[in-house]
Amino acid sequence: MDLLLLAGAPALPLDEAGKYVAGAYIVFVLLLVIYVSIMAAKLQRMERELRELAGFAENRANGEAAAPEREEVSA
Amino acid sequence: MYGKGLRPLSIATVVAIAAAFSLVFFYAPLDADQGFIQKIFYLHVPLAIVALVGFVVGGVFAILHLRSSDRRWDAYSYVSIHMSVIFGVAVLITGSIWAKASWGHWWVWNEPTLVSFLIVFLMYATYYPFRYAIEDPERQARYASVFAVTAGAFVPLNFMAVRMAQSLVHPRVFATTNGGLPGSMMLTFLACLTAVALLWVTLVKFELTAKSTSGQIKRLRRALDAPAPGAGSRIAPEVS
Repeated sequence: MDLLLLAGAPALPLDEAGKYVAGAYIVFVLLLVIYVSIMAAKLQRMERELRELAGFAENRANGEAAAPEREEVSA
Repeated sequence: MYGKGLRPLSIATVVAIAAAFSLVFFYAPLDADQGFIQKIFYLHVPLAIVALVGFVVGGVFAILHLRSSDRRWDAYSYVSIHMSVIFGVAVLITGSIWAKASWGHWWVWNEPTLVSFLIVFLMYATYYPFRYAIEDPERQARYASVFAVTAGAFVPLNFMAVRMAQSLVHPRVFATTNGGLPGSMMLTFLACLTAVALLWVTLVKFELTAKSTSGQIKRLRRALDAPAPGAGSRIAPEVS
């Protein structure tokens, strides 16, 4: 019965309703921003990992290139 | 591979959202009964529809995974469910705000639509710990797919059960024979539904691209025999 009365209640005035509508849309935008921030953090981590791997690969390539030269010197 | 077409899709999504919200606030008329507060409808209902459809889509991908044993479908299923859970959070919060403004309560426990959505949401919230509890990736993917199929089948059944329930407070704007939405409101609603659906597709694609890139980095690390960084996610399936 209470719910019936609530359902039949008149519309809220604009100044009252505005904050609820703004709240709902802000929640939506906020969730989007949080999601994008998390994805940005993941992207940064991937970029760092890729940089590490590139450094690792370069070091290995340099090491392999230097190894035969050392052998020649020692020989 | 997953990132192909992501840029135009993202642009289309931003344009669609901007157009839809413009229609909501500058074109759609004020509701005679609820007034300005009814504007929440254009956000809340599309989010709910897309979230529920996303759960079903996750189930369909899970069926494809079980049929083919292709881990790609498991990744699609996982990401679909993941995105729908996020949308579900938005549905619950915007719904609560609307309920408070319209009915004077943040939550109404004897309202079948609200409670049924909460049940579906909580059911899918258990998907993560369920997946996380299984170490073996093959078993994890298989069991998660079985969960996704079962839960995905429950979603439309639950929806139909709620539609048949005689709720007194939740509006049934698409089912009334004498009423329903007027043309301008329906157009705005469809624009919002399209925008939210596009957003869901874009974010799913975005997430899959990120997972694919992460998977490629792991493959590269293994190929180079490089030392592993900190512990990564054990829940999310690897996409190659």
